[in-house]
Amino acid sequence: MIPAFLILLSCQLAGETAARALALPLPGPVLGMLILTAALALRPGLQARMEPLAQGILGNLSLLFVPAGVGVVGHLGALGQAGLPLMAALVGSTVLAIGVGAVTFAAVARLTGAPK
Amino acid sequence: MTGFAEIWSYLSQGPLLWLTATLAAYAVGDAAFRAAGRAPAVNPVLIAVALLAGVLAVTGTPYSTYFEGAQFVHFLLGPATVTLALPLWQARGLVARAALPVAVALIAGSVTGVVSALAIAQGLGVGDQILASLAPKSATAPVALGISERLGGSPTLTAVLVITTGVIGAVSATPLLNALGIRDWRARGFATGVAAHGLGTARALQVHPVAGAFAGLGMALNAVATALIAPVVLGWFR
Repeated sequence: MIPAFLILLSCQLAGETAARALALPLPGPVLGMLILTAALALRPGLQARMEPLAQGILGNLSLLFVPAGVGVVGHLGALGQAGLPLMAALVGSTVLAIGVGAVTFAAVARLTGAPK
Repeated sequence: MTGFAEIWSYLSQGPLLWLTATLAAYAVGDAAFRAAGRAPAVNPVLIAVALLAGVLAVTGTPYSTYFEGAQFVHFLLGPATVTLALPLWQARGLVARAALPVAVALIAGSVTGVVSALAIAQGLGVGDQILASLAPKSATAPVALGISERLGGSPTLTAVLVITTGVIGAVSATPLLNALGIRDWRARGFATGVAAHGLGTARALQVHPVAGAFAGLGMALNAVATALIAPVVLGWFR
């Protein structure tokens, strides 16, 4: 488990360093994800070593948003008078974006015959 | 014997109590989620957040004290994002064959999210500075905060809007996609990751591994797409 965690942290660290050094519009962890994908391509054996830790982390991914969520509750006042219009905008735009994105994906996949 | 008040004042200042409380609240939320047959409306994050916010309010505990314990959980968001490389790698064959639908759905989903959010908010009388905070709300939090700052928005407000968007996406995706009759796990996951970042991805992983892989991909790609699209679309509304 420790080697697997070390690999995760190293990828994140490399991602953070690259994001800052190259002034990329991407957060370090997202770059770290791309770095780990590249590492998996170079060393396919890595997958089996990472698997147990990955399942533990990704199986509980929702938990990791709880501290930020609690912080948000304290800042709901920052919405101010715009609270209701903003909630309407968030609900409307999220539903539309998921719907349009999924319908577009499925339609293009069907048209181009991209197999599942 | 030490009184309860003294023990409380000792424990409530250290990280142990609030780390334990975070895990306990999530355990309650997750148990409720399972008891409800994994219904998306019974969102474990929402339940845990409501419980903890209630406890903090009742005990008069400031968020900074709470976060000293909760930071250990919060920190894992970074490594967890890196971990999304594994489902992505396992689905690499599917991803490579879906390059065109991925590209088109990314643009469609990302532009729809920003344009509709700004149109609804402006139509309801929301002012310019708040629109700048709203524009990047579908991107993963660190990216969204950076974009908001560059556009003259408020990062604090953006953080609230990003997390709320994620919860809305996690709760609404399954019933919405069922109603639309979308059965392709790639399409379902990808659209959810694009619209609702990590929280949407967490939900997709609960539903299907292929949906989870495409959601992680959607979140990563939309971090880049939002950085490019949000400033342009915001310009149309000013």
